[in-house]
Amino acid sequence: MDAFRVLSPGSLTTVQDAGRYSFIDRGVPPSGALDGFSYRIANLLAGNPVEAAVLEITLQGPVLEVLCEADVALAGADMAATLNDKSMSPWRSFRVNRGDVLRFHFATSGCRTYLAVSGGFDVPVVMGSRATCLKARIGGVEGRALRKDDILQRGAADLLAAQRRLPYRWIPTYRTDIVLKALPGPQEEAFRSGLEVFFDADYTVTSEADRMGYRLQGTPIHHDAGFPQSIISEPVIPGNVQLPADGQPIILLVEQTTGGYTKIATVISTDLSKVAQAMPGNRIWFKKVTLEEAHTLYRNEAARLREIEAFFSGTSDPRSAGT
Amino acid sequence: MATTLPFDKPRLRHSGDMALLVEYGDAIDPAINEKVRAVTTLLKRNLPEGVLAVVPAYRSLSLLYDPLRTSPDRLSKVLDELEGHLREVEIPPPRVVEIPVCYGGEHGPDIHVVAEHNGLTPEEVIAIHSGTDYPIYMIGFTPGFCYLGGLDGRIATPRRETPRTLLPGGSVGIAEAQTGIYPVDSPGGWQIIGRTPLRLFAPEREMPFLYEAGERIRFVPIPEAEFDRIHQEEKS
Repeated sequence: MDAFRVLSPGSLTTVQDAGRYSFIDRGVPPSGALDGFSYRIANLLAGNPVEAAVLEITLQGPVLEVLCEADVALAGADMAATLNDKSMSPWRSFRVNRGDVLRFHFATSGCRTYLAVSGGFDVPVVMGSRATCLKARIGGVEGRALRKDDILQRGAADLLAAQRRLPYRWIPTYRTDIVLKALPGPQEEAFRSGLEVFFDADYTVTSEADRMGYRLQGTPIHHDAGFPQSIISEPVIPGNVQLPADGQPIILLVEQTTGGYTKIATVISTDLSKVAQAMPGNRIWFKKVTLEEAHTLYRNEAARLREIEAFFSGTSDPRSAGT
Repeated sequence: MATTLPFDKPRLRHSGDMALLVEYGDAIDPAINEKVRAVTTLLKRNLPEGVLAVVPAYRSLSLLYDPLRTSPDRLSKVLDELEGHLREVEIPPPRVVEIPVCYGGEHGPDIHVVAEHNGLTPEEVIAIHSGTDYPIYMIGFTPGFCYLGGLDGRIATPRRETPRTLLPGGSVGIAEAQTGIYPVDSPGGWQIIGRTPLRLFAPEREMPFLYEAGERIRFVPIPEAEFDRIHQEEKS
């Protein structure tokens, strides 16, 4: 059913889901929501399966006209959203009705927000996913960002018995000084002298920061003598920190599958949500962790998500509705 | 030229907390890539528990894994066992995928550049280019873009000084000692010698691609009328 009409698309608004991993061996980037945590929370708040399709809203948000009654949830950056001029904070759901206008402004804290709607955004599944990949022009709305006058559909779903709010203890804080935990490698041996500098220096997020990667600026890191800058091209993954000739790190994200630059370190998967919320001008430190620590954090994050899921399936229980 | 041998034992690298890079050598070399192909074939035949994707490249492959379901130690053991199997099982020879190409004319505006650079006639360039099977070492950069090995040195040609802003999808080109096909419309600086009417990336099809890494590509020259016919067919 028709859910929204796009009155103004914002700077970059795309349909995303958990990503498209079945064709990365054919050069198709995974895409998907850049902040996997906020993405899943938005769905849980809207009463959806955790990996339904949502809108990923970047920096300057859209203006949407509501075309049918639904529950909507926001998670991620605060973009001073309003519903018919009434302020709507993130990390909660709310009911919208035909004729309402949902308006987003400029991000004041964080960089990306996720909008989930009852039943999920209903766009065609392309190669196993609804995620928009701008480079391959697939997924989402015709493989592109939203435009004015697009009509967005949603799937059929029961509306919530009671609106949901994420308890404060689970709400992340977006800081302008960001610590990213990272593992050395995969090519740490090319930077024996630079590795220590890398984990000690602070970097600034430049304006060249998008879903492809975040280009940083700070103390340049150079390869040790005898190590070439480029290697035989190999698969890359989100979080890899590559160092081109100028020695300024680039954190690779979800729109690339292979690369030929050496990678000094890799941001751990549970910290990629922090990268997604980093804004140009924010400062970044890399903190070295071990693989064991990273895997413990991975398990903790999965457990936390299960806990949140259980919390909401509890509140949807008729006995606790309305509390 | 000295031959480059695969490593005796694969070298493992951690690429973050969800990917293991497995290296089989440190050169672009048919024997090393053959090893990558063999291991990839075996892994895909019986995907180990917790492995989300296998991505083969020139001399390495990446195993994307779910840390809740497996560990690098367990994967390392799986890879060790595979080494043993490799000696026993027969890996089928790579499939050869034929790609029809209309050389020269409007579809291959740079064929004269390649010919002149190498002191050949365009016909000789076509004969040499379509006379070999090219191994697909890796697919990356854009969907379906294959990194091919095996270009005959007699037709190697430097890139264009000024890249073109738009090459139609299917354009076949040469850059230095490499040849390749642009699967979709994109800017590019390769010397374009022809174009295939086939759609190399068709997302709406059940199988959106015609080939995978490890297979081989054979370019088959076709006349313009045949190009037009297939091109029409592919559109519908």
